Formats: sequence, structure tokens, C-alpha cells
Amino acid sequence: MISLTIDGRRIEAAEGSTILEVAREHGIEIPTLCYHEALEPYGGCRLCVVELETPRGPRLVASCVYPAEEGAVVKTNSEMVQASRRMTVELLLAAAPHAKVIQELAARMGVKEPRVTLGDNDCILCGLCVRACAEIVGAKAISLVHRGFSKEVSPPFEIGSNACIGCTTCVFICPTGAIKLQDVLSTRSVHEWTSEFQARACKICGDHYLAPEFAGEAKESLVGE
Amino acid sequence: MDHQPIFDASEIDDLLNGQRDGRADSLMGVLEEVQARYRFLPKDALILISERMGIPLSQTYGVATFYNAFSLEPKGRHVISVCTGTACMVRGARKVLERISEKLGVQPGETTEDGQFTLETVNCLGACALGPVVVADGAYSGEMTGAGAEALLREVVAEVEKA
Amino acid sequence: MTRVETPDDLYRLQQQLKAETDPDQPRISVCCGTGCRVHGSMDVIQAFREEINGRRLSGKVEVVGTGCHGFCEKGPVVVLKPSGVFYEGVGVEDVPEIIVETMMNGAVIDRLVYTDPLSGDRVVHEHEVPFYQKQKRLVLDLNGDIDPTNIEDYIAFNGYAALSKALLQMKPGEVIEEVTQSGLRGRGGAGFPTGVKWRLCREATGDVKYIVCNADEGDPGAYMDRSIMEGNPHRVLEGMIIGAWAIGASQGYVYIRNEYPLAVENLRIALRQAEECGLLGHNILGSGFDFTVQIRPGSGAFVCGEETALMASIEDRVGEPRPRPPYPAVSGLWGKPTNINNVETWANVPIIIDRGAEWYSEIGTDQSKGTKIFSVVGKINNTGLVEVPMGTTLSEIIHDIGGGIPGGRECKAVQLGGPSGGCIPSAHFDVPIDYESLQELGSMMGSGGMVVCDEDTCMVEFARYFMDFVQQESCGKCVPCRLGTRAMLEVLTRITQGEGSEGDIEYLLELGGQIKESSLCGLGQTAPNPVLSTIRYFRDEYEAHIRDKRCPSHVCKALIQYTIDVDKCTGCGRCLRSCPVEAISGAKKETHVIDQEKCIKCGTCLEVCKFDAVVVE
Repeated sequence: MISLTIDGRRIEAAEGSTILEVAREHGIEIPTLCYHEALEPYGGCRLCVVELETPRGPRLVASCVYPAEEGAVVKTNSEMVQASRRMTVELLLAAAPHAKVIQELAARMGVKEPRVTLGDNDCILCGLCVRACAEIVGAKAISLVHRGFSKEVSPPFEIGSNACIGCTTCVFICPTGAIKLQDVLSTRSVHEWTSEFQARACKICGDHYLAPEFAGEAKESLVGE
Repeated sequence: MDHQPIFDASEIDDLLNGQRDGRADSLMGVLEEVQARYRFLPKDALILISERMGIPLSQTYGVATFYNAFSLEPKGRHVISVCTGTACMVRGARKVLERISEKLGVQPGETTEDGQFTLETVNCLGACALGPVVVADGAYSGEMTGAGAEALLREVVAEVEKA
Repeated sequence: MTRVETPDDLYRLQQQLKAETDPDQPRISVCCGTGCRVHGSMDVIQAFREEINGRRLSGKVEVVGTGCHGFCEKGPVVVLKPSGVFYEGVGVEDVPEIIVETMMNGAVIDRLVYTDPLSGDRVVHEHEVPFYQKQKRLVLDLNGDIDPTNIEDYIAFNGYAALSKALLQMKPGEVIEEVTQSGLRGRGGAGFPTGVKWRLCREATGDVKYIVCNADEGDPGAYMDRSIMEGNPHRVLEGMIIGAWAIGASQGYVYIRNEYPLAVENLRIALRQAEECGLLGHNILGSGFDFTVQIRPGSGAFVCGEETALMASIEDRVGEPRPRPPYPAVSGLWGKPTNINNVETWANVPIIIDRGAEWYSEIGTDQSKGTKIFSVVGKINNTGLVEVPMGTTLSEIIHDIGGGIPGGRECKAVQLGGPSGGCIPSAHFDVPIDYESLQELGSMMGSGGMVVCDEDTCMVEFARYFMDFVQQESCGKCVPCRLGTRAMLEVLTRITQGEGSEGDIEYLLELGGQIKESSLCGLGQTAPNPVLSTIRYFRDEYEAHIRDKRCPSHVCKALIQYTIDVDKCTGCGRCLRSCPVEAISGAKKETHVIDQEKCIKCGTCLEVCKFDAVVVE
């Protein structure tokens, strides 16, 4: 066990935890966007930054990836932290003005009109869909392509992916609803990425709920070869 | 419109089996060789390479789109690169770029309709004393001006027409 | 190729090579670095060889194609040894005369001799040329002497003796201690103490360890590493082998830009020769130490100069940086302890082992030891590579070595550190160059690119250029860099187009500050620097653009006009004929006029006018 100070409180933590994990265990709130307990932390949205004391002065670090270290002194809601989060949210609002989760964050933090416009794309590149598809599902059907401002989530060749099994994990995990699931009668498609799946119907209520490819994968991993 | 080269699967296998500085096991090394051979990365080549190397196609495609050295569309037979590094810019590279762009009728990153010329910018070739620098088909020309660029283009076009 | 299996073998080979060379024998050193090649030095060296053969002097005169001599402005550069006569701008047609007049008769050819742009003095010998006189060339010392594609040239000059000493006379811990005591700090820009980095990697637990040479020199305007790799790749290799030995690594990688084909080629040859010679591979010099090196060319991504993005690239992934900790020394390539150093850092290592930490630490300042190579480029008379002790002032570099600004213009500022750095205005040119003092001024050492700007450089456009560069090169992973630099670029673009508003400067400062604090990696953390430093020192230029819609340096197209001076125009018609949009009208021998509606401000008329009649304001 190691001990560190968060917001003036001395806290004991298991070695190998991140600051975010320790904070959450102790009921200290830190906002996040690209973090998910079931996935490796990404450190991309920078919303979870906290102030860390260092010999060269205070420094912002992403709490989702930064290890909780013995003797660390951390502030989760200082001026420095708040200013950074507001800027991050202002930029996200400028790029994704219609994404509800961003609008809510902006309202909470008192961010009004962004001072620039950077587009109107619900995808905030948090990477959760890509990471879930790779780490949890194992299909690796989509990835982040291009770079910089042009970066986007896409299947290979921006057409569709044969590796997709129609599990809809990406739809579920997307914080802004940028990934669309379309069910037209028995035909299921995810975003514009996949070829269509003929979803199975429930024997009782008749709703179409499951792509057979996904069923096959799930069965294999549960039951074995 | 330029015809796409016929993709040869056995060539890709040769590349994968070849040893050069031990880079046969490097995806980026293989992609570079394919880019050099075909002037772009054919879709089927990427699919084959992914299969052979056991790398998810989504990763291969991500790599292919991330780095400047790779293109998914065929580049022109002749590549004209204008250095837009700081030293060259301070010495007037922008005017050189604009003149070439205007004469070829394409923006940087684009290829002419007939598939002959691709205009590119490159951020520093390390030949700063000669700035502004233009590289046409691997041949460096220094101390470029707008007028000099026009003359260079005329030369290159003449070579092309002769061939 | 003589193979060396023990330190004695190496020593004997070195002695043998030295004995075979007569120090009085004439040698003609022709610079064959990339810069001089563009000037035509390959034709020049061919001409020398043919002329020597033709006169049956082959056994008596040696012609050596070397790497970059550094004085790039004056290429093709030729130096005659042992006399040291220095000739600049040598052409194929000069070759016979050089052989007959200078080599055989000892006479100096005036038109090829260096003339100082400030004093007008003619200087004959290389060591007296001011450009070289004020330098202290430790890393670049052999660039004018050896053929980089021949390992024996390097060995004859004591090459690999430091490796021999390290492997057979020192323990790994002692090597690390020596490097630590020397005070060597990373030359790639961050300036982290090298010895400390090595120790951290040595102490890290791991069955396999790696070392990497970061040769992804991406700062535009910087080409120090290119010239080291082209001109003396063995020195870098020697440093890497010593480092690998000290740290306990068995495999090394050189990650080198594909935009440097000659450097890649010379490195490839060097690796092959080192292996054939026995200095790389199994049981090096009988020490029991195995070490091999692979080349990994970059594929065009500036961000891959950042160490974690570099490692991702070697691992065949996109060049996205990852958060640190864990640091590469503990968990790097494929999760193993990895030590990454810049080319120039590695090249300093054999020098330190050979001459000792005490000798090395006497060069430089308290906190910044040794020498640093700078590429002095832009609006400067003597463009080239300069190696000076830390603590040399900017003024000395720009005036004494660089020869001042062409055309007698005023030097406005110097940009150090490329897209991560800041500009330093002329008022601060007495600053001694070291890591700390540059940071205090809002700049940084960076990798060594030094871009000189004069009155004709618009500092707002300059900052916009760097932000545009960052936007092209950002990996896009984190919000502050991906979106924040985009926002800064939009504001800067508006300002240069005459659409700036009150509050823009304050917004840039606020946003810039946040991006610095919140970004994931060094690229984002330093991206705002050029903007912040130009606002700090040239705020008046920003204000002129925003409030007066004026560009004081007459650069920003939306804010300038090209007009023809009635008093100077002779009506020759040259501009009329050259104008690409037919915006100029006028009868022969009568004053010509530019139609402002049509003018695209391409500058062609200014270029072609022989009467200085075109005015930009």
C-alpha cells in the first residue's frame, strides 16, 4: 500500500493504481470522457487532468493514466485544473456543438459560446469504440485513420469491415451517439461501416435482436472450439 | 487517365520473404517497398500483407493513412517536391510553390489529370543553404525563384514529352 | 576488410593504417554532403579523379569525397591538405588549374579564395576562415577528412579506440559514471542528463533491453544530424555500442528520416562494414558482448521524433505518443527497458570516453557542458553548420561566424528550436547559449536549428507558419493539440488576412497557455511557443495587423499593395509581359500601372523589374 494526498486528504492506495482509480474509490469526482473501467486508459480527452505538485512547480497530469505514487500531492479541482477543463470543453463544444454530453459538461462548467467554430461532428475521437472493438470484442474491425484534425474512426478503406460481427458494442459505448444502429425489419447495420446483418428474431416477442455472426463468436468464446 | 499497375501477389510474397537490414518483419518497411514499386499502396496488397503478417487490416489501414510517405492513390509518374521548411520559406518558397501550382493546375498533394505530375510539399530536406529547394524526380534544384520554377517545369515537361 | 577480434587487433590495424599514410602527401578533400552535391560537387570530384589519373598522379595524390564540411553557403567546398588551402564555389572548369597552380606550383587562385563579406579580406587557409575559426569542432572534426563510406578512414583517425577502452578497460557502471560526470545533456532538444537516463535504463528490470538512435530530425531548417550521419556515421555507431554495453542492451535501432537518402545510404554502408570488421555483432573485440543494429526509416511524420511515438512507429503502429510514466527507460519498445538518444548525443559519447569527463566538462557553462551544433539558416550570409562551445553568444554566431545579414538588412530575430521554440529578438543577442538562459527568454535550445529573420519577415505570418506546420503534424489523439492548435491557426490566419479583432491576442495567449499545460506530449506542449514568443517580443506587429490592417514587413498579401513608382518606371514592359494575370498595362516607354483588382500579389513584377520601380507597401 502507498499513501498520497488528494485535495488535502491523506489516502491509502494499492500500488499500481492510477490517481483516477484511487479518487473514485474514495468518492472524489473527476470528470472523464475517454475513460472506461473495462478498457486500458487512453489519456486523450484531457478532461480528467489534475494538478500534481512537482519540484519544478505544479503540473497537470491525466489522472486516468498517471500512477498514484508514494507521497504525491494532488488537487483535483484547483484553479489550474478548472481553467484547463473549461478550455477542453470549450474546444469540444466548438467541434461537436450538438453532442448532448458535451453540452451538459459545458453547462456544468459555465462554458457558454465557444470563441471559434471547429465543425459539427458528433464524434469526439474519444476512441472508446475502437478500443472496445479491439480489447473487449477482439474483432478489431475499426481503427483511427488519418491524422490530426482529419483523424476519424473508420473501417478499412472507409467502406465496410468484414471483421465486424454486428455486436453493437461500439453503439453502446459511444458517449455522444455518433455511431448509429439501424434496424430495418430484420436487417441490422451499424453506422455506414458494416455490411448488413440479418438479425435473429426473438421467439417470444418477435423483435430482431442479435446478429448471427455475433452469436457465433459469443458461443465460441463461451463454449470453446 | 493513367492505368493502375497490375497488382502482382507473388511480388508481395517476395518482399515479405526478403531480408534487408532485417526489415522483412517490419510492416512499415514492407509498405515502403510497395509504395516505391507501385507508386501507391494497392488495396489488395494491403489486404494480402495484413493476412501474411498477421496484422489486423484495420491497423494496416491506419498506418497507411497516418504517414506522409504512403499514398492510397497512385502518384504521378513525376513527383515535384517543394521544400516548405522554415529556412526555405524565409527565402521565398511560398512564391515558388504558388507558381508551380498555378502552372501545373493542381494544389499541393494533388496529381494532374493525365497522371503525369504530383505536386508535394516537404518539410525540410536539410539543404537549407540552397533554399528555396525544389526536387523534381529526385533531382535537387536550389535557389529557386518563381521564374526559375517555371524554367524547371518547362525542362521537366520537355523530358517527359521526349520519352 | 581486415577483421579485428581483439583490442590489440584494432590497435595494430590503426597503427598500420597510420603508417601507410604519409602526412605530407597531398590530399584533395571535396565536400560530398547533400548541400554541395546540389551545387555539383559530384561532378567536381569526378573531374579531380580524371585529371589526377590523366596526369599519372594516382599514387601521389589522394582525392577524398567527404561528408558535409559545414560551410554550405560556399559550396562546392574543396580543401587541399596538408596546406589547408580552402576553395569555395569550385566548378569542374576550375579543376585543372587547381591541380597545376595550387597543388603543383603552390600558387593560390584568387577567385576561388574565401572573401569575408564584412571586412573584404581574403583568407586562404581553412583554419583562418572566420566561419571556422570561432568554432570548436569536436563532433564534426573529421567531416572534412574522412570518406564516410570507408571504415578504415575512421579507424586511422583513432576511430573505435574509445569502444575498445570502454569494453575492455572499464566496467559498465564506470562508463555510465563517466558520461554522467561529463555533464552531457540530450542534444535532441529536451536537454535531459544523458548519464542519468542511462543509469535508469541499466537499473530497470528486463530480460531484454534496447537502445535507439533518434535520427528523425524533423525541425524544418535543422540539418545537423543529417550531416553527422552523412559525414561520420561510425562515430554515432561507436557511441551506440558503448551505450549498449553500459546499459546491457543487445539490439539497437536507428530511426532515420526517409527524406535523408544519402544519410540512410551511408549508414547502411557503415553498418555493413562494422559487421564485416567485427565491431558489430558477436563477441565484439573479444569482450563477450553481442550487439546488432537495425535501420528503421521514418515514413514522414514529424511527431515520430517524440520518443514514445517513435517507438510506436518501430512497433508498426501509428505514431501516436503515449502518456509517461512509464518512461521508456523502464518500459519502452515492446514493454522492455529502452534508452533513446539523439544522433548528436550518441556522437559525443566516444569523445567523452576517449578524452575523459573532466576534459569535456571544462567546455561550456556550469549547467550546459560540451559543444552544440547549430544550423544557421535563413537571412544570413554564411549559411551552414556551426559547432560552438555552450555559452557562445548569439551575436558571435550571427556576426562573427555567420557573417551578418545579406544586403545589409537589419537582423530582426532568430528562431531557435523550430516549431517547439521561440524567437529571440536582436536586443537579446548577447545571451549565452545554454539550456536555461534560452528558456528564460521564452525560447529553447531545441535540436539546433537557428533561423535568422530580417526586417522583411513578418513575425505574425512566421508564427502562423509554425502553427500550420503543427496542425499538419499533430497526431490528433488529444483535444488540446488537435482542436486547440486548429483554433489558434484559425485566429492567426484571420489576423494575417486583415480580419483580426480586438481580443484575438488575449485569446491566443490564453489558449496557448492551456495547450502547453494540458497536451499529452511534447509536440502539443510546445506548439504554442512560436506564437507566445512573437507576441511577447513583437506585439506591435500583431496590433498593426489587427487595428490598422497593416503588415509592417509588407508580407501579408491581404494587407499589401504592389504599385509602380512613376519616377522610376521606364516603360520597358518587362513586368507587363511577365504578369501571369495581365494586371499591368502601359504603352511602351510610358509609366506602367498595376490594376489592383486583378493583381494577385505574386511578386513577379518585383522580381523582373530592373529599375526598382515596383513598390510593395
